[in-house]
Amino acid sequence: MQHVAIADRPDELHDPQSFIAKYVWSQDHKVIAIQYGGTAIFVGLIALVLSGLMRLQLGFPDTFDFIDPSSYLQFVTMHGMIMVIYLLTALLLGGFGNYLIPLMVGARDMVFPFMNMLSYWVYLLSVLILLASFFVPGGPTGAGWTLYPPQAILEGTPGYDWGILLMLLSLAVFIVAFTMGGLNYVTTVLQARCRGMTLMRMPLTIWGIFTATVLGILAFPALLVSAIMMILDKTLGTSFFMPVLVSLGESLEYTGGSPILFQHLFWFFGHPEVYIVALPAFGMVSDVLSVHARKNIFGYRMMVWAIVAIGGLSFIVWAHHMYVSGMHPAFGFFFATTTLIIAVPTAIKVYNWVLTLWRGNIHLTVPMLFAIGFIFTFTHGGLTGLFLGNVTIDLPLSDTYFVVAHFHMVMGVSPIMVLFAAIYHWFPLMSGKMFNETLGKWHFWCTFLGTYAIYLPMHYLGFLGVPRRYFAMGTTDFIPESAQTLNAQITVAAILVGLSQLIFLYNILWSLRYGEKSKKNPWGAASLEWQTPDQPPHHGNWGPELPEVYRWAYDYSVPGVKEDFIPQNHPVTDAERTDGEGGHA
Amino acid sequence: MKIVVALILLVLGSIVFHWLSPWWLTPLAADWGEIDLTIDITLYITAVVFVAVNLFLAYCVYRFRYSPDRRADYEPENKKLEGWLTAITSIGVIAMLAPGLVVWARFVDVPEDAHEVEVVGQQWQWSFRLPGEDGVLGEVDSAYVGLDNPFGMNPNDPAGDDDVLINTNELHLPIGQNVRLWMRSKDVLHDFAVPQFRVKMDMVPGMVTYAWLKPTVEGTYDILCMELCGIAHYAMRGHVVVDSQENYDEWVAAQSTWSEINGRPPGDPVAGQSQFATCVACHGQNGEGNVAMNAPALAGLPAWYIARQLQYYKQGVRGAHEDDIYGKQMAPMANMLADDQAVRNVTAYIDTLEVADAAHTIDGDPAQGASHYVSCGACHGAQAQGNYALQAPRLAGQDDWYLKRQLQNFRDGVRGTHDEDSYGHQMVLMARSLKNEDSINDLLAYLNTL
Amino acid sequence: MKLLKMLGTKPWLHDAEPGGVAAYAGPDNGDAARIALRFILAIVGVLFFLFIITFLSRSQYPDFEALAGAPWQPFTDPTRLWFNTSLLFMASVAMQWGLGGTRQGKLNVAVTGISAAVFFTLMFIIAQMDLWLHLQSMGYYINSNPANSYFYVLTAIHALHLIGGLVILSNVVFRVWYDNKLESLTAPLQLCTTYWHFLFGVWLVLFALLSSRPETINALAAMCGF
Repeated sequence: MQHVAIADRPDELHDPQSFIAKYVWSQDHKVIAIQYGGTAIFVGLIALVLSGLMRLQLGFPDTFDFIDPSSYLQFVTMHGMIMVIYLLTALLLGGFGNYLIPLMVGARDMVFPFMNMLSYWVYLLSVLILLASFFVPGGPTGAGWTLYPPQAILEGTPGYDWGILLMLLSLAVFIVAFTMGGLNYVTTVLQARCRGMTLMRMPLTIWGIFTATVLGILAFPALLVSAIMMILDKTLGTSFFMPVLVSLGESLEYTGGSPILFQHLFWFFGHPEVYIVALPAFGMVSDVLSVHARKNIFGYRMMVWAIVAIGGLSFIVWAHHMYVSGMHPAFGFFFATTTLIIAVPTAIKVYNWVLTLWRGNIHLTVPMLFAIGFIFTFTHGGLTGLFLGNVTIDLPLSDTYFVVAHFHMVMGVSPIMVLFAAIYHWFPLMSGKMFNETLGKWHFWCTFLGTYAIYLPMHYLGFLGVPRRYFAMGTTDFIPESAQTLNAQITVAAILVGLSQLIFLYNILWSLRYGEKSKKNPWGAASLEWQTPDQPPHHGNWGPELPEVYRWAYDYSVPGVKEDFIPQNHPVTDAERTDGEGGHA
Repeated sequence: MKIVVALILLVLGSIVFHWLSPWWLTPLAADWGEIDLTIDITLYITAVVFVAVNLFLAYCVYRFRYSPDRRADYEPENKKLEGWLTAITSIGVIAMLAPGLVVWARFVDVPEDAHEVEVVGQQWQWSFRLPGEDGVLGEVDSAYVGLDNPFGMNPNDPAGDDDVLINTNELHLPIGQNVRLWMRSKDVLHDFAVPQFRVKMDMVPGMVTYAWLKPTVEGTYDILCMELCGIAHYAMRGHVVVDSQENYDEWVAAQSTWSEINGRPPGDPVAGQSQFATCVACHGQNGEGNVAMNAPALAGLPAWYIARQLQYYKQGVRGAHEDDIYGKQMAPMANMLADDQAVRNVTAYIDTLEVADAAHTIDGDPAQGASHYVSCGACHGAQAQGNYALQAPRLAGQDDWYLKRQLQNFRDGVRGTHDEDSYGHQMVLMARSLKNEDSINDLLAYLNTL
Repeated sequence: MKLLKMLGTKPWLHDAEPGGVAAYAGPDNGDAARIALRFILAIVGVLFFLFIITFLSRSQYPDFEALAGAPWQPFTDPTRLWFNTSLLFMASVAMQWGLGGTRQGKLNVAVTGISAAVFFTLMFIIAQMDLWLHLQSMGYYINSNPANSYFYVLTAIHALHLIGGLVILSNVVFRVWYDNKLESLTAPLQLCTTYWHFLFGVWLVLFALLSSRPETINALAAMCGF
């Protein structure tokens, strides 16, 4: 395990030359990041198409012949699982975590580059296993992304045979991949920071990614445990989760397990998973806001504390997904309280983002637009969470479209806003090229307005009581005809948003090839990743000498200094120090 | 600057949308106004925060937009401001949480005087059980579940004898009385939800869960399953009828108890043969069906299915729709069977008839049909052999022209839309997943190969 | 406290040191593997912890029959388990002994110690598999009772972790063999030894749990609120 490689040894700085060593079996964190990112975006596009198919059925229920009840459930399940695990988790941590951690903390690479490479290939394997389930008899599982037993492994659910096994296997493999990557991320942050980079001088991006990774490596075991036990229930006939039951008129041989036990395990993973996605997004958006507003992040310490507090609290709120699951109702009091407490640090983060813009000098660049879009959508999604977290309100609203709208707003749209902000923000660093600003703005407007047109009305379907995961509503006595019109409108918006992602793909691909060469550090960012000798950074990142850090990552518009930003690796001048012990506050 | 306008318009638009929206909580039909109140409190608090934060955001973006001759402030933190914001947020959170916990405490604590009803879920049907005169629900266990014991009643528990078993998806509740709903499931997770009642609860195999409420408005409400339970999850519907006390008592009296159901004599095929003489004219000597008379094959259909359809014809549940031309012909025929025993007899006789293979009259692509059949097979069986537990009749060997007409009837709402038609509702929803005539033909072509 | 103090610092202030480099001296890669191992132990710990929690929860269902208690139950007499435990204990001791050898530069002690550790570890795994066969022959199949299921699952997962350890250990030994520098073995072997001790500890917990009588299990479950 002592394979430390080039983290601090410039003598090993041989740039691999052959194409295969450079781009395929690469141990360079930047290449691995791009591999992770590319794969994640690829499966994400599949999941996007699946959501389009679902929306077609919901918007125009009697029209499309190729969507039947079982394939609909398969679309729902695969869409959810791919988006949450294989896109968001992989892209935020495997992609941005990999790219940014060594650069932002001033290391040459991850501390275990070989394991890092392995992490990507194992992730790819998990993706292939997942995609294979589309081609097995019975197709992929249609158990919903929560995979609740007993139905997940019983006849009557699509893909109850091969599909569910491949899904569980793929998740287990993904967890192995994530753990290998995660060990790297936490160890690199703790051990490979350059001289002067104290923990409290790290950019919030690193705090977010670091905390999310710690959550991930401690929470994913719960999913692994439940996957192992469910595989055994399915294949060897154990009764971990399977009670005595009569399935489709036939008594099965299970002896009396507990489906609720699975739910506890699943959500013990599942809720931290929300923050595994959210915390890196919180971190990255903080940095984007600060850079493009030319102002330090407001309340840095509070932001760090909030990240840590949210991470800690996220382990004791899981059962708010289970208020009506049949668990002992007394749990409701405890989990409603912890859940609403988590709103406080979250709200503080929102305030501090807005207060970062207050008295800033705001450049409305594409990344900034996406960051503002994030604040808006996240506020909306966070506030609707206060409905669902409150145990009483969850009674009418659970398992309705309100839930769907809420978690898409908070866990789909807002992290994706940040992802786009981050991609546009760091694209010049990663590629050395500039993207097309006009196309970027078009992409923003379509995505921002389009997603709000999808999800705002969807909350109201939930208030009505329209249940989620329904192939068709048919006629009921409480849903007015107009709800169907609303559904059709949502579908149209969804298709438009989906199509507008083509603008993004085109912009990225076009700019990679024909884009204007980017200036060095085009946004004037103070954090370390922009201070590499080359842009994009070469293998080993820093040339012969590791950087030294003298200040935090947010020295923007420092009074008395001519430039409006001071890079982290610039020594403190006497002028600054005599400015007063109290800093510049 | 577009973003400032957009933010303001989105905030205002959200408010206007909320005001103008005809979509809001369905009118309440139970004594759970507190839940709605809690929602309102949370709505107003969060709305204020939403408007304030986003308008302030818009203001900041407008006021502090880039200008080359201005510099941003340098302000690492402002403890006082952050402290105030934390305090105000905490107060807001407490204001939302406190009523929630109070109402939840009331939900958890079931009133002493609540009468009891058991709700039983299975893929994809509801059934119900009332404790009967002794007020005690007899013991049940999934291990006892069988063809003639769908509720899994313990045959040795005398408390179960007077239990009222309601093996359809319609439940009645008396108005103004607290009721505790005991919930259990025979197979997978389900969730008993009636939007007008607000409360819902999962039904978990292997355990018993509960919810309680007091119905306050007479009427018929949809029961929906709100926990994914497989392919036909969306078709797992039922009704709950809130009745006046008199109507409720009348309804209960018309239901059968466990001991009554057990005591029923089986059908007598010999007696049934003479009654079948009437049917022969159209359905043929051996119940083989006759396309010229638009009469489907009866031989091969399970007795319980024919019995149910005959009852439906008699009660006007089927064959009453004006577009159901052939159903209307059947209804008076069914009425010639005097009572339940006659129905049992004639179905027992049909059960003895030799099954003949139906002629194939429909062309389609069986491969396409096979993929459509995946959803059908969940209930009707992989070989279309039917499944009593799901009340799904045999389809294999049935005349394809008849199945086609029935599928079209279901799709068009000619059959299966009557309130009392428990399983027809499901078929309406399922048949609509076949979106055109080609799909129906493909499906039937596949069925013809089974 | 150190952590709280760290979280309380105001990073925008420049401390008085010349050049403004704060107390943090830069990367320490020698320690990286040790930190990573700590996280690995935490992950493995969480994994077994969650299994044990579900075990206790599941034990409260009526179909659960503990493997010890009644005279005919296999672990009422835990002699075989004690025998297996002693094998793993020997492996741990041998690792520690071999580690001492590398520290003192005694090649023969190091080689003997590591070889013995590998031998005892393999013997432990084989003995566990033999125990499986023994249970099977008594009719205790994996699906006949949740207690049996947990026994098979927990021992299998534990053995997989040992096998993983063996793979890493062989990798370490092979590299040292290749480099022919005994002193470079010390640090990685130290980590492997820690891992072995940890897994021995995990096994003791599993042993205690799996051979507990129903009363003990019920008491533990009650403590956890099940």
